[in-house]
Amino acid sequence: MSTDRTPRTLGLILAALLAFGQWLPQWTLFLVTIALAKGLVVLGLMILLRCGLVSFGQALYYCIGAYAAGLLGRLFGLSDVFTLMLAGMAAAALAAFALGFLLARYRSIFFGLLSLALSMILYGLLVKTEALGSSDGFHVLRTTLLGIRPADPWVRYAVLAAAAVAATAAALLVHRYLATPLGKLAPAIKDNEIRVEYMGASARHAIHVKYVIAAALAGLGGALAATTVGHIDPEMAYWTTSGEFIFIAILAGTGSVIAPFLGALVFGIIQTVAFDVSPNTWQMVLGSALLVVIVFLPNGLWSLFRRRKAA
Amino acid sequence: MAAILDARGLHKNFGAVTAASDINAAIEKDSVVGLIGTNGAGKTTFINMITGYLKPDRGRIHYEGRDITDLAPRDVTRIGICRSFQIPQLYASLTAFENMMIGIGVVLRNAGRGGFFSRGRPLVPGYDLPAEDVADSILQRFGLAEYRDRNAQVLPGGVRKLLDIALTLVAKPRLLLLDEPTSGVSAEEKFEIMEMIMQAVRAEGITVLFVEHDMEVVSRFAERVLAFYDGRIIADAAPGVALSDPEVKRFVIGGELRRLDEARAGTRA
Repeated sequence: MSTDRTPRTLGLILAALLAFGQWLPQWTLFLVTIALAKGLVVLGLMILLRCGLVSFGQALYYCIGAYAAGLLGRLFGLSDVFTLMLAGMAAAALAAFALGFLLARYRSIFFGLLSLALSMILYGLLVKTEALGSSDGFHVLRTTLLGIRPADPWVRYAVLAAAAVAATAAALLVHRYLATPLGKLAPAIKDNEIRVEYMGASARHAIHVKYVIAAALAGLGGALAATTVGHIDPEMAYWTTSGEFIFIAILAGTGSVIAPFLGALVFGIIQTVAFDVSPNTWQMVLGSALLVVIVFLPNGLWSLFRRRKAA
Repeated sequence: MAAILDARGLHKNFGAVTAASDINAAIEKDSVVGLIGTNGAGKTTFINMITGYLKPDRGRIHYEGRDITDLAPRDVTRIGICRSFQIPQLYASLTAFENMMIGIGVVLRNAGRGGFFSRGRPLVPGYDLPAEDVADSILQRFGLAEYRDRNAQVLPGGVRKLLDIALTLVAKPRLLLLDEPTSGVSAEEKFEIMEMIMQAVRAEGITVLFVEHDMEVVSRFAERVLAFYDGRIIADAAPGVALSDPEVKRFVIGGELRRLDEARAGTRA
Protein backbone atom coordinates (compact mmCIF):
# COMPACT_ATOMS: atom_id res chain seq x y z
CA MET A 1 0.00 0.00 0.00
CA SER A 2 1.38 3.42 -0.94
CA THR A 3 1.94 5.88 1.88
CA ASP A 4 -0.13 9.00 2.02
CA ARG A 5 2.19 11.95 1.41
CA THR A 6 -0.44 14.68 1.43
CA PRO A 7 -0.40 15.52 5.19
CA ARG A 8 3.39 15.75 5.17
CA THR A 9 3.44 17.92 2.04
CA LEU A 10 0.80 20.22 3.54
CA GLY A 11 2.80 20.47 6.76
CA LEU A 12 5.96 21.38 4.82
CA ILE A 13 4.16 24.07 2.79
CA LEU A 14 2.70 25.56 6.00
CA ALA A 15 6.08 25.55 7.72
CA ALA A 16 7.70 27.19 4.68
CA LEU A 17 5.04 29.89 4.49
CA LEU A 18 5.30 30.66 8.22
CA ALA A 19 9.10 30.64 8.20
CA PHE A 20 9.83 32.56 5.00
CA GLY A 21 6.65 34.60 4.67
CA GLN A 22 8.07 37.45 6.75
CA TRP A 23 10.79 38.07 4.15
CA LEU A 24 8.45 38.11 1.18
CA PRO A 25 7.54 41.51 -0.36
CA GLN A 26 4.18 42.93 0.72
CA TRP A 27 2.54 42.47 -2.70
CA THR A 28 3.55 38.78 -2.69
CA LEU A 29 2.02 38.30 0.75
CA PHE A 30 -1.22 39.74 -0.58
CA LEU A 31 -1.09 37.52 -3.67
CA VAL A 32 -0.48 34.35 -1.65
CA THR A 33 -3.17 35.16 0.93
CA ILE A 34 -5.77 35.79 -1.78
CA ALA A 35 -4.65 32.57 -3.49
CA LEU A 36 -5.26 30.72 -0.20
CA ALA A 37 -8.72 32.33 0.10
CA LYS A 38 -9.68 31.40 -3.44
CA GLY A 39 -8.05 27.99 -3.05
CA LEU A 40 -10.40 27.31 -0.12
CA VAL A 41 -13.42 28.04 -2.32
CA VAL A 42 -12.04 25.83 -5.10
CA LEU A 43 -11.35 23.06 -2.58
CA GLY A 44 -15.10 23.00 -1.93
CA LEU A 45 -15.84 23.16 -5.62
CA MET A 46 -13.56 20.15 -6.07
CA ILE A 47 -15.67 18.08 -3.66
CA LEU A 48 -18.73 18.82 -5.78
CA LEU A 49 -16.89 18.30 -9.08
CA ARG A 50 -15.92 14.80 -7.99
CA CYS A 51 -19.66 14.03 -7.84
CA GLY A 52 -20.09 15.44 -11.33
CA LEU A 53 -21.72 18.63 -10.04
CA VAL A 54 -20.52 21.98 -11.37
CA SER A 55 -21.66 24.89 -9.23
CA PHE A 56 -21.78 28.07 -11.29
CA GLY A 57 -22.73 29.98 -8.16
CA GLN A 58 -20.10 29.25 -5.52
CA ALA A 59 -19.58 33.01 -5.25
CA LEU A 60 -22.86 33.04 -3.29
CA TYR A 61 -21.13 31.50 -0.28
CA TYR A 62 -17.91 33.40 -0.87
CA CYS A 63 -19.93 36.59 -0.62
CA ILE A 64 -21.97 35.40 2.38
CA GLY A 65 -18.71 34.62 4.19
CA ALA A 66 -17.26 38.01 3.33
CA TYR A 67 -20.36 39.96 4.38
CA ALA A 68 -20.69 37.93 7.59
CA ALA A 69 -17.10 38.88 8.45
CA GLY A 70 -17.63 42.50 7.44
CA LEU A 71 -20.87 42.82 9.38
CA LEU A 72 -19.36 41.35 12.55
CA GLY A 73 -16.83 44.17 12.46
CA ARG A 74 -19.38 46.80 11.57
CA LEU A 75 -22.01 45.79 14.13
CA PHE A 76 -19.93 44.37 16.98
CA GLY A 77 -16.47 45.75 16.33
CA LEU A 78 -14.98 42.27 15.94
CA SER A 79 -11.75 42.16 13.95
CA ASP A 80 -9.99 38.94 14.99
CA VAL A 81 -9.20 37.10 11.79
CA PHE A 82 -9.97 33.64 13.23
CA THR A 83 -13.33 34.76 14.64
CA LEU A 84 -14.24 36.33 11.30
CA MET A 85 -13.25 33.22 9.38
CA LEU A 86 -15.31 31.02 11.70
CA ALA A 87 -18.27 33.37 11.36
CA GLY A 88 -17.99 33.42 7.56
CA MET A 89 -17.81 29.67 7.50
CA ALA A 90 -20.80 29.23 9.82
CA ALA A 91 -22.98 31.73 7.94
CA ALA A 92 -22.25 30.08 4.58
CA ALA A 93 -22.77 26.57 5.96
CA LEU A 94 -26.10 27.58 7.49
CA ALA A 95 -27.31 29.11 4.23
CA ALA A 96 -26.14 26.03 2.30
CA PHE A 97 -27.86 23.70 4.76
CA ALA A 98 -31.18 25.42 4.03
CA LEU A 99 -30.66 25.79 0.27
CA GLY A 100 -29.20 22.28 0.05
CA PHE A 101 -32.66 20.76 0.50
CA LEU A 102 -33.50 22.31 -2.87
CA LEU A 103 -30.15 22.02 -4.67
CA ALA A 104 -29.50 18.37 -3.73
CA ARG A 105 -32.51 17.39 -5.83
CA TYR A 106 -30.94 18.65 -9.04
CA ARG A 107 -28.12 17.39 -11.24
CA SER A 108 -26.02 18.50 -14.22
CA ILE A 109 -26.97 21.79 -15.89
CA PHE A 110 -30.00 22.30 -13.62
CA PHE A 111 -27.80 22.22 -10.53
CA GLY A 112 -25.33 24.58 -12.17
CA LEU A 113 -27.88 27.13 -13.30
CA LEU A 114 -29.88 27.02 -10.08
CA SER A 115 -26.74 27.73 -8.05
CA LEU A 116 -25.93 30.56 -10.48
CA ALA A 117 -29.44 31.98 -10.08
CA LEU A 118 -29.16 31.95 -6.28
CA SER A 119 -25.86 33.82 -6.35
CA MET A 120 -27.31 36.43 -8.69
CA ILE A 121 -30.29 36.91 -6.37
CA LEU A 122 -27.88 37.74 -3.55
CA TYR A 123 -25.98 40.07 -5.87
CA GLY A 124 -29.23 41.85 -6.79
CA LEU A 125 -30.26 42.15 -3.14
CA LEU A 126 -26.90 43.56 -2.06
CA VAL A 127 -26.81 46.09 -4.90
CA LYS A 128 -30.21 47.38 -3.78
CA THR A 129 -29.40 47.43 -0.04
CA GLU A 130 -28.20 50.89 0.90
CA ALA A 131 -27.55 49.92 4.51
CA LEU A 132 -24.80 47.61 3.21
CA GLY A 133 -23.32 50.20 0.87
CA SER A 134 -25.22 49.12 -2.26
CA SER A 135 -22.86 48.49 -5.17
CA ASP A 136 -19.97 50.23 -3.36
CA GLY A 137 -19.98 47.79 -0.45
CA PHE A 138 -18.16 48.84 2.71
CA HIS A 139 -14.80 48.70 4.46
CA VAL A 140 -13.83 45.91 6.81
CA LEU A 141 -12.13 46.69 10.12
CA ARG A 142 -8.38 46.40 10.28
CA THR A 143 -7.40 42.84 11.17
CA THR A 144 -6.30 41.72 14.61
CA LEU A 145 -4.85 38.34 15.48
CA LEU A 146 -6.01 36.71 18.74
CA GLY A 147 -6.50 40.15 20.31
CA ILE A 148 -3.19 41.55 19.09
CA ARG A 149 -3.06 44.40 16.60
CA PRO A 150 0.06 43.75 14.51
CA ALA A 151 2.25 46.73 13.58
CA ASP A 152 1.75 48.02 10.04
CA PRO A 153 4.53 46.09 8.29
CA TRP A 154 3.37 42.88 10.01
CA VAL A 155 -0.36 42.98 9.21
CA ARG A 156 -0.08 41.23 5.86
CA TYR A 157 2.23 38.56 7.28
CA ALA A 158 -0.11 38.01 10.24
CA VAL A 159 -3.09 37.54 7.93
CA LEU A 160 -1.04 35.25 5.68
CA ALA A 161 -0.04 33.14 8.70
CA ALA A 162 -3.66 32.86 9.84
CA ALA A 163 -4.75 32.04 6.28
CA ALA A 164 -2.06 29.39 5.91
CA VAL A 165 -3.05 27.74 9.21
CA ALA A 166 -6.75 27.79 8.26
CA ALA A 167 -6.13 26.54 4.72
CA THR A 168 -3.86 23.72 5.93
CA ALA A 169 -6.41 22.66 8.54
CA ALA A 170 -9.21 22.75 5.95
CA ALA A 171 -7.15 20.81 3.40
CA LEU A 172 -6.25 18.15 5.99
CA LEU A 173 -9.88 17.78 7.10
CA VAL A 174 -11.10 17.52 3.50
CA HIS A 175 -8.33 15.02 2.75
CA ARG A 176 -9.51 12.93 5.69
CA TYR A 177 -13.14 13.30 4.63
CA LEU A 178 -12.37 12.14 1.08
CA ALA A 179 -11.00 8.90 2.54
CA THR A 180 -14.24 8.12 4.44
CA PRO A 181 -16.97 6.00 2.82
CA LEU A 182 -19.12 9.12 2.32
CA GLY A 183 -16.21 10.97 0.72
CA LYS A 184 -15.39 8.03 -1.53
CA LEU A 185 -18.98 7.87 -2.72
CA ALA A 186 -18.38 10.86 -5.05
CA PRO A 187 -17.31 8.98 -8.22
CA ALA A 188 -20.05 6.43 -7.58
CA ILE A 189 -22.66 9.20 -7.46
CA LYS A 190 -21.21 10.60 -10.66
CA ASP A 191 -21.33 7.19 -12.40
CA ASN A 192 -24.54 5.61 -11.23
CA GLU A 193 -26.91 7.01 -8.63
CA ILE A 194 -29.36 4.13 -8.95
CA ARG A 195 -26.72 1.70 -7.81
CA VAL A 196 -25.76 3.98 -4.91
CA GLU A 197 -29.37 3.87 -3.70
CA TYR A 198 -29.56 0.11 -4.12
CA MET A 199 -26.39 -0.30 -2.09
CA GLY A 200 -28.09 1.36 0.84
CA ALA A 201 -26.91 4.98 0.63
CA SER A 202 -28.77 8.15 -0.16
CA ALA A 203 -27.12 10.06 -3.00
CA ARG A 204 -29.20 13.12 -2.17
CA HIS A 205 -28.07 13.11 1.45
CA ALA A 206 -24.44 12.65 0.40
CA ILE A 207 -24.72 15.56 -2.03
CA HIS A 208 -26.37 17.73 0.63
CA VAL A 209 -23.48 17.08 3.03
CA LYS A 210 -20.92 17.80 0.30
CA TYR A 211 -22.78 20.96 -0.65
CA VAL A 212 -22.65 22.24 2.93
CA ILE A 213 -18.93 21.42 3.25
CA ALA A 214 -18.23 23.20 -0.06
CA ALA A 215 -20.19 26.24 1.10
CA ALA A 216 -18.44 26.32 4.47
CA LEU A 217 -15.08 26.37 2.67
CA ALA A 218 -16.30 29.13 0.33
CA GLY A 219 -17.51 31.13 3.35
CA LEU A 220 -14.14 30.68 5.03
CA GLY A 221 -12.42 31.87 1.83
CA GLY A 222 -14.79 34.82 1.56
CA ALA A 223 -14.13 35.96 5.13
CA LEU A 224 -10.40 35.62 4.57
CA ALA A 225 -10.58 37.64 1.34
CA ALA A 226 -12.60 40.31 3.15
CA THR A 227 -10.00 40.73 5.90
CA THR A 228 -7.14 40.64 3.39
CA VAL A 229 -8.56 43.18 0.95
CA GLY A 230 -10.18 45.28 3.69
CA HIS A 231 -13.22 45.97 1.57
CA ILE A 232 -16.26 44.00 0.38
CA ASP A 233 -18.81 44.66 -2.34
CA PRO A 234 -21.58 42.77 -4.18
CA GLU A 235 -19.19 41.84 -7.01
CA MET A 236 -18.13 39.00 -4.73
CA ALA A 237 -21.45 37.29 -5.53
CA TYR A 238 -21.41 38.14 -9.23
CA TRP A 239 -21.34 35.33 -11.78
CA THR A 240 -17.86 36.29 -13.01
CA THR A 241 -16.51 35.58 -9.52
CA SER A 242 -18.09 32.10 -9.67
CA GLY A 243 -16.60 31.71 -13.14
CA GLU A 244 -13.18 32.52 -11.75
CA PHE A 245 -13.49 29.68 -9.22
CA ILE A 246 -14.45 27.22 -11.95
CA PHE A 247 -11.56 28.56 -14.03
CA ILE A 248 -9.16 27.81 -11.18
CA ALA A 249 -10.70 24.37 -10.61
CA ILE A 250 -10.16 23.41 -14.26
CA LEU A 251 -6.67 24.87 -14.17
CA ALA A 252 -5.82 22.95 -11.00
CA GLY A 253 -7.56 19.59 -11.50
CA THR A 254 -9.31 17.55 -8.83
CA GLY A 255 -6.50 15.12 -8.08
CA SER A 256 -5.51 16.32 -4.63
CA VAL A 257 -6.52 18.74 -1.87
CA ILE A 258 -3.32 20.69 -2.61
CA ALA A 259 -4.28 21.25 -6.27
CA PRO A 260 -6.86 24.04 -5.65
CA PHE A 261 -4.26 26.15 -3.81
CA LEU A 262 -1.66 25.56 -6.50
CA GLY A 263 -4.25 26.48 -9.15
CA ALA A 264 -5.28 29.63 -7.28
CA LEU A 265 -1.65 30.70 -6.91
CA VAL A 266 -0.87 30.11 -10.60
CA PHE A 267 -4.09 31.95 -11.49
CA GLY A 268 -3.07 34.89 -9.27
CA ILE A 269 0.42 35.03 -10.75
CA ILE A 270 -0.82 34.89 -14.37
CA GLN A 271 -3.46 37.52 -13.59
CA THR A 272 -0.94 39.87 -11.92
CA VAL A 273 1.73 39.49 -14.58
CA ALA A 274 -0.77 39.76 -17.45
CA PHE A 275 -2.33 42.87 -15.90
CA ASP A 276 1.09 44.40 -15.50
CA VAL A 277 2.28 43.59 -19.01
CA SER A 278 -0.92 44.33 -20.89
CA PRO A 279 -3.59 46.06 -18.79
CA ASN A 280 -6.21 46.06 -21.56
CA THR A 281 -5.93 42.50 -22.72
CA TRP A 282 -5.08 40.60 -19.55
CA GLN A 283 -8.19 38.44 -19.86
CA MET A 284 -6.91 37.22 -23.22
CA VAL A 285 -3.66 36.06 -21.60
CA LEU A 286 -5.61 34.29 -18.86
CA GLY A 287 -7.89 32.62 -21.42
CA SER A 288 -4.92 31.48 -23.48
CA ALA A 289 -3.28 30.00 -20.38
CA LEU A 290 -6.42 28.00 -19.64
CA LEU A 291 -6.59 26.83 -23.23
CA VAL A 292 -3.01 25.59 -23.05
CA VAL A 293 -3.74 23.70 -19.83
CA ILE A 294 -6.91 22.12 -21.25
CA VAL A 295 -5.09 20.97 -24.40
CA PHE A 296 -1.89 19.71 -22.82
CA LEU A 297 -3.01 18.84 -19.27
CA PRO A 298 -6.68 17.85 -19.49
CA ASN A 299 -6.64 16.79 -15.83
CA GLY A 300 -5.22 20.11 -14.70
CA LEU A 301 -1.89 21.27 -13.35
CA TRP A 302 -1.96 18.59 -10.66
CA SER A 303 -1.49 15.89 -13.31
CA LEU A 304 2.11 17.15 -13.68
CA PHE A 305 2.83 15.80 -10.21
CA ARG A 306 0.86 12.61 -10.74
CA ARG A 307 2.71 11.87 -13.98
CA ARG A 308 6.02 12.35 -12.26
CA LYS A 309 4.93 9.99 -9.51
CA ALA A 310 3.81 7.36 -12.02
CA ALA A 311 7.08 7.56 -13.94
CA MET B 1 -41.57 -23.12 6.58
CA ALA B 2 -41.81 -19.44 7.56
CA ALA B 3 -42.32 -16.83 4.83
CA ILE B 4 -39.51 -14.31 4.55
CA LEU B 5 -41.51 -12.20 2.09
CA ASP B 6 -45.26 -11.86 1.88
CA ALA B 7 -46.89 -9.79 -0.86
CA ARG B 8 -50.64 -9.33 -0.56
CA GLY B 9 -53.04 -7.88 -3.13
CA LEU B 10 -50.50 -5.83 -5.09
CA HIS B 11 -51.91 -3.62 -7.83
CA LYS B 12 -49.97 -1.29 -10.08
CA ASN B 13 -51.15 0.61 -13.12
CA PHE B 14 -49.16 2.78 -15.49
CA GLY B 15 -51.91 4.80 -17.09
CA ALA B 16 -54.09 2.31 -18.97
CA VAL B 17 -51.52 -0.48 -18.64
CA THR B 18 -51.92 -2.88 -15.74
CA ALA B 19 -48.50 -4.03 -14.60
CA ALA B 20 -49.68 -5.81 -11.45
CA SER B 21 -53.15 -7.05 -10.69
CA ASP B 22 -53.85 -8.72 -7.36
CA ILE B 23 -50.41 -10.25 -6.92
CA ASN B 24 -50.26 -12.58 -3.92
CA ALA B 25 -47.11 -14.48 -3.09
CA ALA B 26 -45.48 -15.72 0.09
CA ILE B 27 -41.82 -16.61 -0.38
CA GLU B 28 -40.43 -19.18 2.02
CA LYS B 29 -37.09 -18.68 3.68
CA ASP B 30 -34.10 -20.35 1.97
CA SER B 31 -36.10 -21.14 -1.16
CA VAL B 32 -35.11 -20.45 -4.77
CA VAL B 33 -38.02 -19.08 -6.77
CA GLY B 34 -38.05 -18.48 -10.51
CA LEU B 35 -40.22 -15.74 -11.98
CA ILE B 36 -41.24 -16.41 -15.57
CA GLY B 37 -43.38 -14.56 -18.07
CA THR B 38 -43.12 -12.76 -21.36
CA ASN B 39 -41.86 -9.19 -21.56
CA GLY B 40 -44.36 -6.83 -19.95
CA ALA B 41 -45.96 -9.60 -17.86
CA GLY B 42 -45.11 -7.83 -14.59
CA LYS B 43 -42.01 -9.63 -13.29
CA THR B 44 -39.75 -6.60 -13.03
CA THR B 45 -42.62 -4.49 -11.70
CA PHE B 46 -42.98 -7.07 -8.92
CA ILE B 47 -39.26 -6.79 -8.12
CA ASN B 48 -39.41 -2.99 -8.32
CA MET B 49 -42.30 -2.94 -5.85
CA ILE B 50 -40.49 -5.19 -3.39
CA THR B 51 -37.35 -3.06 -3.52
CA GLY B 52 -39.16 0.23 -3.10
CA TYR B 53 -38.46 1.58 -6.58
CA LEU B 54 -42.19 1.55 -7.31
CA LYS B 55 -45.01 2.00 -4.82
CA PRO B 56 -47.98 -0.32 -5.43
CA ASP B 57 -51.31 1.46 -5.97
CA ARG B 58 -52.86 -1.06 -3.57
CA GLY B 59 -51.66 -3.95 -1.44
CA ARG B 60 -48.88 -4.42 1.11
CA ILE B 61 -45.52 -6.16 1.21
CA HIS B 62 -44.15 -7.68 4.41
CA TYR B 63 -40.57 -8.79 4.90
CA GLU B 64 -39.75 -10.84 8.00
CA GLY B 65 -43.07 -9.65 9.40
CA ARG B 66 -42.33 -5.96 8.80
CA ASP B 67 -44.34 -3.79 6.40
CA ILE B 68 -41.84 -2.53 3.80
CA THR B 69 -44.30 -1.20 1.21
CA ASP B 70 -43.37 2.44 1.72
CA LEU B 71 -39.63 2.08 2.23
CA ALA B 72 -37.13 3.67 -0.18
CA PRO B 73 -34.70 1.37 -2.07
CA ARG B 74 -31.81 2.26 0.27
CA ASP B 75 -33.87 1.35 3.33
CA VAL B 76 -34.97 -1.92 1.73
CA THR B 77 -31.30 -2.71 1.08
CA ARG B 78 -30.37 -1.89 4.67
CA ILE B 79 -32.82 -4.44 6.05
CA GLY B 80 -31.42 -7.25 3.93
CA ILE B 81 -33.07 -7.23 0.49
CA CYS B 82 -30.68 -6.70 -2.40
CA ARG B 83 -31.17 -6.82 -6.13
CA SER B 84 -29.25 -7.14 -9.34
CA PHE B 85 -30.30 -5.62 -12.64
CA GLN B 86 -31.22 -6.82 -16.11
CA ILE B 87 -28.71 -4.30 -17.46
CA PRO B 88 -25.76 -4.32 -15.03
CA GLN B 89 -25.65 -1.15 -12.95
CA LEU B 90 -21.97 -0.62 -12.26
CA TYR B 91 -19.69 2.31 -11.56
CA ALA B 92 -18.30 2.44 -15.06
CA SER B 93 -15.25 4.62 -14.40
CA LEU B 94 -14.07 2.48 -11.47
CA THR B 95 -12.34 -0.90 -11.41
CA ALA B 96 -14.10 -4.08 -10.33
CA PHE B 97 -12.28 -3.86 -6.98
CA GLU B 98 -13.24 -0.20 -6.51
CA ASN B 99 -16.84 -1.05 -7.34
CA MET B 100 -16.79 -3.57 -4.49
CA MET B 101 -15.09 -1.10 -2.15
CA ILE B 102 -17.81 1.51 -2.75
CA GLY B 103 -20.44 -1.02 -1.73
CA ILE B 104 -18.46 -2.12 1.31
CA GLY B 105 -17.94 1.53 2.25
CA VAL B 106 -21.70 2.03 2.32
CA VAL B 107 -22.12 -1.08 4.49
CA LEU B 108 -19.45 0.23 6.89
CA ARG B 109 -21.05 3.64 7.02
CA ASN B 110 -24.52 2.20 7.68
CA ALA B 111 -22.97 0.20 10.53
CA GLY B 112 -21.39 3.37 11.95
CA ARG B 113 -17.85 2.23 11.12
CA GLY B 114 -15.13 3.78 8.99
CA GLY B 115 -16.36 7.34 9.60
CA PHE B 116 -14.43 10.57 9.92
CA PHE B 117 -13.15 9.83 13.41
CA SER B 118 -12.54 6.10 13.10
CA ARG B 119 -8.98 4.82 13.19
CA GLY B 120 -7.34 1.81 11.61
CA ARG B 121 -9.07 -0.60 9.27
CA PRO B 122 -12.64 -1.26 10.43
CA LEU B 123 -14.06 -4.77 10.08
CA VAL B 124 -16.98 -5.28 7.71
CA PRO B 125 -20.09 -6.42 9.60
CA GLY B 126 -21.05 -10.01 8.84
CA TYR B 127 -17.60 -10.82 7.50
CA ASP B 128 -15.39 -9.60 10.36
CA LEU B 129 -12.64 -8.88 7.87
CA PRO B 130 -11.17 -5.59 6.62
CA ALA B 131 -12.86 -4.08 3.55
CA GLU B 132 -10.12 -5.00 1.06
CA ASP B 133 -10.18 -8.67 2.12
CA VAL B 134 -13.97 -8.84 1.80
CA ALA B 135 -13.83 -7.28 -1.69
CA ASP B 136 -11.19 -9.75 -2.81
CA SER B 137 -12.94 -12.78 -1.33
CA ILE B 138 -16.24 -11.95 -3.07
CA LEU B 139 -14.47 -11.29 -6.39
CA GLN B 140 -12.67 -14.60 -5.95
CA ARG B 141 -15.89 -16.45 -5.25
CA PHE B 142 -17.39 -15.17 -8.51
CA GLY B 143 -14.24 -15.93 -10.50
CA LEU B 144 -13.59 -12.22 -10.99
CA ALA B 145 -10.13 -12.03 -9.42
CA GLU B 146 -8.44 -11.68 -12.82
CA TYR B 147 -10.63 -8.66 -13.62
CA ARG B 148 -9.97 -6.99 -10.24
CA ASP B 149 -8.12 -3.95 -11.57
CA ARG B 150 -9.94 -3.48 -14.84
CA ASN B 151 -12.45 -0.73 -15.38
CA ALA B 152 -16.06 -1.88 -15.23
CA GLN B 153 -16.89 -0.31 -18.59
CA VAL B 154 -14.41 -2.48 -20.49
CA LEU B 155 -15.41 -5.80 -18.92
CA PRO B 156 -17.10 -8.47 -21.09
CA GLY B 157 -20.88 -8.85 -20.79
CA GLY B 158 -20.87 -12.03 -18.69
CA VAL B 159 -18.30 -10.58 -16.30
CA ARG B 160 -20.32 -7.38 -15.92
CA LYS B 161 -23.34 -9.51 -15.03
CA LEU B 162 -21.36 -11.39 -12.39
CA LEU B 163 -19.92 -8.18 -10.95
CA ASP B 164 -23.42 -6.72 -10.77
CA ILE B 165 -24.51 -9.75 -8.73
CA ALA B 166 -21.30 -9.84 -6.66
CA LEU B 167 -22.03 -6.22 -5.64
CA THR B 168 -25.31 -7.31 -4.07
CA LEU B 169 -23.51 -9.69 -1.72
CA VAL B 170 -21.44 -7.07 0.09
CA ALA B 171 -24.48 -6.06 2.15
CA LYS B 172 -25.03 -9.67 3.28
CA PRO B 173 -28.60 -9.91 1.95
CA ARG B 174 -31.09 -12.41 3.31
CA LEU B 175 -33.30 -12.03 0.25
CA LEU B 176 -31.76 -11.63 -3.18
CA LEU B 177 -33.69 -10.56 -6.25
CA LEU B 178 -31.95 -11.28 -9.55
CA ASP B 179 -33.43 -9.66 -12.62
CA GLU B 180 -32.54 -11.86 -15.60
CA PRO B 181 -29.12 -12.92 -14.30
CA THR B 182 -28.31 -14.76 -17.55
CA SER B 183 -29.69 -12.33 -20.13
CA GLY B 184 -27.15 -11.16 -22.68
CA VAL B 185 -24.94 -14.11 -21.78
CA SER B 186 -24.08 -16.87 -24.26
CA ALA B 187 -25.96 -20.17 -23.94
CA GLU B 188 -22.78 -21.97 -22.86
CA GLU B 189 -22.12 -19.48 -20.05
CA LYS B 190 -25.67 -19.45 -18.67
CA PHE B 191 -25.45 -22.60 -16.57
CA GLU B 192 -21.95 -21.77 -15.43
CA ILE B 193 -23.05 -18.36 -14.19
CA MET B 194 -26.13 -19.71 -12.47
CA GLU B 195 -24.06 -22.48 -10.87
CA MET B 196 -21.62 -19.90 -9.52
CA ILE B 197 -24.42 -17.70 -8.18
CA MET B 198 -26.18 -20.61 -6.54
CA GLN B 199 -22.99 -21.81 -4.86
CA ALA B 200 -22.38 -18.35 -3.40
CA VAL B 201 -25.98 -18.05 -2.32
CA ARG B 202 -26.17 -21.48 -0.72
CA ALA B 203 -23.02 -20.73 1.26
CA GLU B 204 -24.67 -17.62 2.68
CA GLY B 205 -28.15 -19.09 3.22
CA ILE B 206 -29.89 -16.51 1.04
CA THR B 207 -33.44 -16.74 -0.28
CA VAL B 208 -33.47 -16.09 -4.02
CA LEU B 209 -36.03 -14.79 -6.50
CA PHE B 210 -34.80 -14.76 -10.06
CA VAL B 211 -36.39 -13.63 -13.29
CA GLU B 212 -35.54 -15.93 -16.18
CA HIS B 213 -36.61 -16.50 -19.76
CA ASP B 214 -34.71 -19.74 -20.31
CA MET B 215 -36.98 -22.57 -19.15
CA GLU B 216 -34.07 -25.00 -18.91
CA VAL B 217 -32.37 -22.71 -16.42
CA VAL B 218 -35.64 -22.33 -14.52
CA SER B 219 -36.34 -26.04 -14.28
CA ARG B 220 -32.78 -26.77 -13.21
CA PHE B 221 -32.32 -24.10 -10.55
CA ALA B 222 -35.76 -23.04 -9.27
CA GLU B 223 -37.55 -24.96 -6.54
CA ARG B 224 -40.73 -23.06 -7.22
CA VAL B 225 -42.02 -21.07 -10.17
CA LEU B 226 -44.25 -18.03 -10.29
CA ALA B 227 -45.60 -17.55 -13.82
CA PHE B 228 -46.71 -14.02 -14.71
CA TYR B 229 -49.07 -13.03 -17.45
CA ASP B 230 -50.70 -9.67 -17.98
CA GLY B 231 -49.82 -8.48 -14.47
CA ARG B 232 -51.23 -11.59 -12.79
CA ILE B 233 -49.69 -14.75 -11.37
CA ILE B 234 -51.23 -17.55 -13.45
CA ALA B 235 -49.27 -20.40 -11.88
CA ASP B 236 -47.46 -20.90 -8.59
CA ALA B 237 -45.99 -24.37 -8.24
CA ALA B 238 -42.91 -26.55 -8.50
CA PRO B 239 -41.19 -26.24 -11.92
CA GLY B 240 -42.39 -29.63 -13.15
CA VAL B 241 -46.01 -28.72 -12.43
CA ALA B 242 -45.91 -25.04 -13.40
CA LEU B 243 -44.13 -25.53 -16.72
CA SER B 244 -46.63 -28.16 -17.82
CA ASP B 245 -49.64 -26.05 -16.84
CA PRO B 246 -51.77 -25.43 -19.98
CA GLU B 247 -52.09 -21.69 -19.30
CA VAL B 248 -48.36 -21.34 -18.71
CA LYS B 249 -47.65 -23.31 -21.88
CA ARG B 250 -49.98 -21.08 -23.86
CA PHE B 251 -49.18 -17.65 -22.43
CA VAL B 252 -45.62 -17.93 -21.15
CA ILE B 253 -43.69 -20.74 -22.78
CA GLY B 254 -45.53 -20.21 -26.11
CA GLY B 255 -44.69 -16.54 -25.83
CA GLU B 256 -41.07 -17.35 -25.08
CA LEU B 257 -40.87 -19.69 -28.07
CA ARG B 258 -42.39 -17.02 -30.30
CA ARG B 259 -39.88 -14.55 -28.86
CA LEU B 260 -37.04 -16.95 -29.67
CA ASP B 261 -38.39 -17.55 -33.19
CA GLU B 262 -38.67 -13.81 -33.78
CA ALA B 263 -35.17 -13.27 -32.45
CA ARG B 264 -33.80 -15.99 -34.73
CA ALA B 265 -35.72 -14.59 -37.71
CA GLY B 266 -34.32 -11.14 -36.86
CA THR B 267 -30.80 -12.54 -36.77
CA ARG B 268 -31.25 -14.23 -40.15
CA ALA B 269 -32.69 -11.06 -41.65
